[in-house]
Amino acid sequence: MTRITLALAAALALATGAALAAPKSYAVPEPTAELRAPKAGMHAEGFEAAQANCLVCHSVDYIAMQPPGKGAAFWESEVTKMVKVYHAPIDAAQAKAIAAYLADTY
Amino acid sequence: MLDRRDLIRRAGLTALAGLGGGTFASLRTLAGDNATLPFGNGERPLVAYPGKRPLLQMTARPPQLETPFSVFDEGAITPNDAFFVRYHLADIPTEIDRETYRVAIKGHVEREVSLSLADLKAMPTTEIVAVNQCSGNSRGFFTPRMAGGQLANGAMGCARWTGVPLKAVLDKAGVKAGAVEVAFTGLDGPVIPETPDFAKSLKLDHASDGQVMLAWGMNGQDLPWLNGYPLRLVVPGFYGTYWVKHLESISVLDKPFDGFWMQKAYRIPDNDCACTEPGKAADKTVPINRFTVRSFLTNLTDGGQVKAGHTPLRGIAFDGGSGIKAVAVSTDDGKTWTEARLGQDLGPYAFRPWTLDVDLSPGSHAIRVRATANDGASQPMEPRWNPAGYLRNVVETTRVRAV
Repeated sequence: MTRITLALAAALALATGAALAAPKSYAVPEPTAELRAPKAGMHAEGFEAAQANCLVCHSVDYIAMQPPGKGAAFWESEVTKMVKVYHAPIDAAQAKAIAAYLADTY
Repeated sequence: MLDRRDLIRRAGLTALAGLGGGTFASLRTLAGDNATLPFGNGERPLVAYPGKRPLLQMTARPPQLETPFSVFDEGAITPNDAFFVRYHLADIPTEIDRETYRVAIKGHVEREVSLSLADLKAMPTTEIVAVNQCSGNSRGFFTPRMAGGQLANGAMGCARWTGVPLKAVLDKAGVKAGAVEVAFTGLDGPVIPETPDFAKSLKLDHASDGQVMLAWGMNGQDLPWLNGYPLRLVVPGFYGTYWVKHLESISVLDKPFDGFWMQKAYRIPDNDCACTEPGKAADKTVPINRFTVRSFLTNLTDGGQVKAGHTPLRGIAFDGGSGIKAVAVSTDDGKTWTEARLGQDLGPYAFRPWTLDVDLSPGSHAIRVRATANDGASQPMEPRWNPAGYLRNVVETTRVRAV
């Protein structure tokens, strides 16, 4: 292609907004939410396990937006869903600790 | 990884470098504006993603963005930069070459085909104005509340979609006798391979009805990245879960699809009201399907104040495709009703605008809006409940004080 046609093509691309260049990419903003610290002196193990596991697959705003004060059964069921349905590699002891931390913190 | 300050600084610079108005607003928003939805844990940052105006960020990874409700007062078409975003799994595509992009049609077909965007655009194109609504739209308003995406009423939008009928694409491959369903996957996928990949299916009759389409255009432009660029499924009248984004494969099946996202997730009670006693599980379920009929008042805000006297009201209504027959408005919490005037008809799958001038005496008013669809369906005065928090369509109430 000559320089003139290149320039024309560029002008055309600008004029029409057409994307001639490929590939095209998308910069997804990074998550900023963080897990809430557990109550003083409690749930260290659950907090640590949550940090190590939950963030692998999703940002923690997923947790913070859930209805407040839903209690143990709700959070046990959520953690169980992550393990049984989405196959998060979390062992039973860790899962229990995570659920206890979440129930007491959210 | 960038920290938040870097991100804000970079976004701010981009905004400054941009042309036209709105720069100040974008900066302000990116510097940490928040909105609060009217339910517990309803605080949401307003974040402007590339190609989007500031939207309510429900989650960041994967991105899930809700449209601020005021956008629905701008007209019956939802602008691309305000359209809601919903993903399930965090491995979303961040690089797509539109020249090499292909969608594969395979399975129970005469010949497998792989189509480029150019191939698709060379076929006879079709257009439809249709609402896309998330199954979980309005979930945050259920009582008792349940787990899931906690949305107010902004996980819906109406756009003009351009593409080709899925039927024409299936015909290219030649559906074999004995086919019963068609399954769809997109380029988005799970972070760990053990997580069930997102895939949905439609009955063959539905898939080949000539209306279900593969769309590359939205309101005259390419699909926004986060709304499924470069090609998505459009299933008019059906909940957004079926509108698979970044289409990757279309598989014709000779037996019902057994994927998790059809068999276990996105199920509703199999009864006339698709509801259960609040807090109770359903005995039997079916896959979620068509929208229930809904209507909204868009120019007044719940809890707001208005000048007493003549007050123009306006809003939108829609259903699963029979079209809106009538919209009635009550300014006395449902005791008396007045028929609203329906606005431009963009087709049975579109938002139908409505207007009504009312006289508000000084004092408190509970304004309620109720639509009736051409199929006879209307909205319940009391909310129905189901375990997953789908299909919400109670007659909405907007409480205002006229002074």
